[in-house]
Amino acid sequence: MNLPSELFSLFIGIFCILGLATLIAQVMKSKQGRTPLIDNLIERINAWWAMVLLLGVTMSIGHSAIIVLFTLISFAALREFLTLTKKHKADHYALTISFFIVLPAQYLLVYFDWYGLYSIFIPVYVFLLLPIVSVVRGETEAFLIRISETQWALMICVFSASHVPALLMLDLYEDSSKNILLIAFLIVTVQISDVLQYVWGKLLGKRKIAPSLSPSKTWEGFLGGILSASLIGASLWWITPFSPIVAFFLSLMITLLGFFGGLVMSAIKRDRGIKDWGHIIAGHGGAIDRMDSIVFSAPIFFHIVRYFG
Amino acid sequence: MKFLSKISVPIIASAIVLFAKIITAVRGIWQGCEPTQKQRVYYANHGSNGDFVLIWSVLPPALRAKTRPVAGSDYWLSSRLKAFIGKDVFKAVLIDRNKTTRKENPIEIMSSAIKKGDSLILFPEGTRNTTDEALLPFKPGLYHLASQHPDVELVPTWIDNLTSVMPKGEIIPVPLLCTVSFGTPVYIKDGEEKSAFLKRLEMALIALKDEVQK
Repeated sequence: MNLPSELFSLFIGIFCILGLATLIAQVMKSKQGRTPLIDNLIERINAWWAMVLLLGVTMSIGHSAIIVLFTLISFAALREFLTLTKKHKADHYALTISFFIVLPAQYLLVYFDWYGLYSIFIPVYVFLLLPIVSVVRGETEAFLIRISETQWALMICVFSASHVPALLMLDLYEDSSKNILLIAFLIVTVQISDVLQYVWGKLLGKRKIAPSLSPSKTWEGFLGGILSASLIGASLWWITPFSPIVAFFLSLMITLLGFFGGLVMSAIKRDRGIKDWGHIIAGHGGAIDRMDSIVFSAPIFFHIVRYFG
Repeated sequence: MKFLSKISVPIIASAIVLFAKIITAVRGIWQGCEPTQKQRVYYANHGSNGDFVLIWSVLPPALRAKTRPVAGSDYWLSSRLKAFIGKDVFKAVLIDRNKTTRKENPIEIMSSAIKKGDSLILFPEGTRNTTDEALLPFKPGLYHLASQHPDVELVPTWIDNLTSVMPKGEIIPVPLLCTVSFGTPVYIKDGEEKSAFLKRLEMALIALKDEVQK
């Protein structure tokens, strides 16, 4: 499979940024000594290296590898999410079906590019059929809460997340081998926005933006992060089928969605009394902690570019 | 046949641990002690057949090789496959739970494993807990074992969430995150009474659970 040359340039750019980040963190460590903040920073940067390499290797293998990767990410995310939801023994089949039938089926539908079905499979079929699987066992305690939380978990962790690899199936480029760049654009812009919000927040952050949801988020981090990430998104127009202006506004949209998605997921964590969704990524927390902004931006990004593309 | 089981045992053991990690992403939390080579009896809550696999999975491989679960022979010898997994893969210390028909004293069997230098995983509730209570009352075996080996560390071990993964009677597990927490080791006191000792161990495990679930 021939990879678009833009992908190489993009990854070289990312490696340079990560190299710079590692350098800065090591200088900070040698100057200020080891503090929890610096330890966490180094841990986070190292995890970024691992995630970027994983994504790079997967992308170079091809489209099916990306679908497999996101199937596994969805699995890890669903495992984290359903750990926190209200469950009863009577839901056992509904839960095992969610993991071992719904999840792989959604990604198979994406693989076969069956748009008409994968876009309604979970919101329509699973939404109506899964409560039936639970109800036949006759347990009514907290029934609405149980079925709603399971459905919500599937919508976030499987349905939304599957829209990232679904971008491969859109026909926006003249050369379809370039489709992979649309995923790269989405992931890089949203993740860089998360990183820049963190950086701006740590450098200038004073006014808390949502103290009851996420005490570390500030107005300075929000504005600085969203704007600088959108500018970076605009400057990546050469890997997209869009003009720089369109790339800017799309970046603005996905970074805003990502920010508010992060707040929504924070509210859930607060309610359930946890700090992180899991421990799968050292320094970052669980798979959902890294994916929250992606899952909120991917489906809307997908549908907007599909409609106008 | 002997050769075959010799090469298959470590592969099967790793496969079981890998499977447990895929389903539960299990994480060991060494809250009150470190994973060192000290001889120990890990005593844990029991809600699922997978309990000791989970404890086993979070032990570093060097400790795992010297840590054996104590299990009921009535269950583990009921088929050839179970017997192979129980005896050869897990190297379980098998005891007969039936008081009227058993020929060997379970305390003697556990005690001889400790004399050989092994650590044990023990479920003092005796059977899987399907009630809403956190623990069933402990069986006295742990007391007799501790009186014979007062130097061995008794480590409270709380397995969290595995009953939701595999409720009793279900075959397919639901993937959910689990943790195994290890508390501060407890020892038997000089002349401590049986019921007081067992109560103290139960309380130590409950305290660990409350801390984990906080």
